[in-house]
Amino acid sequence: MKSGDHDIKWLDDPKLGIAERLYVPLILSGLTTTFRHLVNSLRGRYVTVSYPEEEPQIDNPLIYRGVHRLNRDERGRVKCVACFMCATACPAHCIDIVASESPWPDRDKYPQSFVIDELRCIFCGMCEEACPVDAIELTSLYNLTGRSREEMVFDKEKLLSVFDRTKDQEPMQSTQPGEAV
Amino acid sequence: MGTVIIDGQKIEIDDDQPLNGIEAAKLAGIDIPHFCWHPGLSVVASCRMCLVETGRTDPKTGEVSMLPKLVPACQTPATDGTVFLTNSDKVKAARAMVEEDLLVRHPIDCPVCDKAGECHLQDYHFLHGQPERRADIKPFHSRRRDVGRSITLFVDRCVMCTRCVRFCREVTQTSELMVVNRGAHEEIDVFPGFPLDNRMSGNVVDLCPVGALGDKDFLYSQRVWFMTRHAHVCSGCSTGCSVFVEENQDRIYRIKPRENPNVNRWWMCDEGRYGWKHVHDRRRLVQPRYRDNQQWVGIEWAEATNRLNAVLRSANNPAVVLSPHMTVEQAYLLATHVRQLHPQAALVLGYIPLRSEDTAFPNGLTIRGEKCPNRRGVQEVANGLGGEITSWDAFLERRLAKEQYDVVWIAGGYKKDWNGALTVEKFSGVDTLIVQELFASPLTDRADWQLPAAASFERSGSFVSESSRLQSFVRALRPPQGVMAEEQFYWQLAGREGLYNGSQLIGEIARAIPYFEAAVDGVPELGVDLRVNQLA
Repeated sequence: MKSGDHDIKWLDDPKLGIAERLYVPLILSGLTTTFRHLVNSLRGRYVTVSYPEEEPQIDNPLIYRGVHRLNRDERGRVKCVACFMCATACPAHCIDIVASESPWPDRDKYPQSFVIDELRCIFCGMCEEACPVDAIELTSLYNLTGRSREEMVFDKEKLLSVFDRTKDQEPMQSTQPGEAV
Repeated sequence: MGTVIIDGQKIEIDDDQPLNGIEAAKLAGIDIPHFCWHPGLSVVASCRMCLVETGRTDPKTGEVSMLPKLVPACQTPATDGTVFLTNSDKVKAARAMVEEDLLVRHPIDCPVCDKAGECHLQDYHFLHGQPERRADIKPFHSRRRDVGRSITLFVDRCVMCTRCVRFCREVTQTSELMVVNRGAHEEIDVFPGFPLDNRMSGNVVDLCPVGALGDKDFLYSQRVWFMTRHAHVCSGCSTGCSVFVEENQDRIYRIKPRENPNVNRWWMCDEGRYGWKHVHDRRRLVQPRYRDNQQWVGIEWAEATNRLNAVLRSANNPAVVLSPHMTVEQAYLLATHVRQLHPQAALVLGYIPLRSEDTAFPNGLTIRGEKCPNRRGVQEVANGLGGEITSWDAFLERRLAKEQYDVVWIAGGYKKDWNGALTVEKFSGVDTLIVQELFASPLTDRADWQLPAAASFERSGSFVSESSRLQSFVRALRPPQGVMAEEQFYWQLAGREGLYNGSQLIGEIARAIPYFEAAVDGVPELGVDLRVNQLA
């Protein structure tokens, strides 16, 4: 990383003004927010929902961080190139990949096995951020349940089936490898 | 003596030691980027990455006059009065241009490429490259073809540094690799029907500064940043190459040569490079056990220590066979312990696997026919303790029948089968046979005590090479569950306190046995030549 890189913006700590240093004005402005919510809820405008009787509204499914899916390319093959960037970025170490030479002539490497432990996952979205080919994405499916720990360890087939289920509601962000680089 | 000025720093150099600009800058702590230059190969100055400004100091006036053009640092000798400028705007612009040119058609498939993380092109791009891509093509795939038994070539990733070509011409002198076509169509290739197949072919992968040459054995098995490097010594033959063992969670993924000017320089042979598969073999012995009425009974190591000590104490005429795969420390611990109990106990130098003749490579290393790492060290330990030393053949053919040994301890640790029914027959008169081995063999089947051995990468200790160089190492990975490394086991057997302490023990050996005297103040990273004291 070069210090003169134009893409890097260097920030300093913001300077505190007289109002900030007096402490009380900031406390009051914080409490204003609290009371605004209190008044709103007394007027009947609730923020909370009565799940599971009531389903929450997801504003933008593209930025919601729910269950993972493994995308397919235009020929229906797993899009992942087994680069391990997600496993490297993952702070919870919940992704386990076994890479292998791909059986297709136009691809070098593919995941022989791709397993995510959904119980260990903290849904931070770093894997989606790290993926160079947009193969792993977090969907807006939030009601993730299972009867055993084993059931919650998602393998490649299961992750691909999540894609098949959600691809129409949530389209992929890119189609060509290298497009998102 | 002479003075070279690099970016204003004055460096003193020896006149009898010819250095180029890159080497002189390294002395000043400055890294000049380069692809094609390698200290072990001839200079071609073709990549143009090491371009710097140079000039001379006038010896009379002290005035510096610079050359108007940039020169490749790899081809410019650093002699008295030479001035190098490695960080001027002109140099930086040239580097960025070279880097951009190399990346125009280099596929940006770093996520898929095995070299990512240790790639010079990648590192130099972040250090010296352009922040933005100006080319409108974005290649993502590389053509791939096999060039040999263990090597594959990703054609489009190549930066045409020709290190691999020069290696095959100058070091192995087999000249399999060549450059075909010209200009922008240049490619590395082999002649049809003559694949890259020599005893050192794996080195071209280490030499490749980018991901063009791949090792089929390692390909896609692990990302480089997940592995931990451990300095170790190869146990393939009695040359004792310095190596790096790269492992992740106690599993080896590859072995790489470690630069050691006195032993293997920059290289290692394929036999050593791929000679670690036995370490993860599922058939390895992992349980110490003894025979009780023809039944094998498993035993804990702590109890085995006590019972084996009792066996040794009650022996009348014991013999200890020291394997040439043992470290110096292991041989010393076991031999001194048995000799303490029985001063007349026989020491035998175990079976020495010999295959083919020594092969010496010009400007390189020698592959020895003696396929064990420490024959010399074990022999010198036995010699140093005095008394009679028998060779394995003499022991088998004559001594076993004549001397009526009642307890024989065979420390093995061989990678391959080395004994057969004929050997076993000779041990019919032995009451208690204790065998320490990696794998089951006719001898371990005959044994009364079976002790699992640790593989060489799981051991700590020292090996003495054929040229009397002692190199110490610490284990690179833990032995499999159930196996205790020999040094720790012998340490306990000898009744020493706590954990095995290698640095203390090698000092003790150096004081006890004159041959090891040079190691008395500890063993440096690249080893110590034990002949130093003998010559003086």
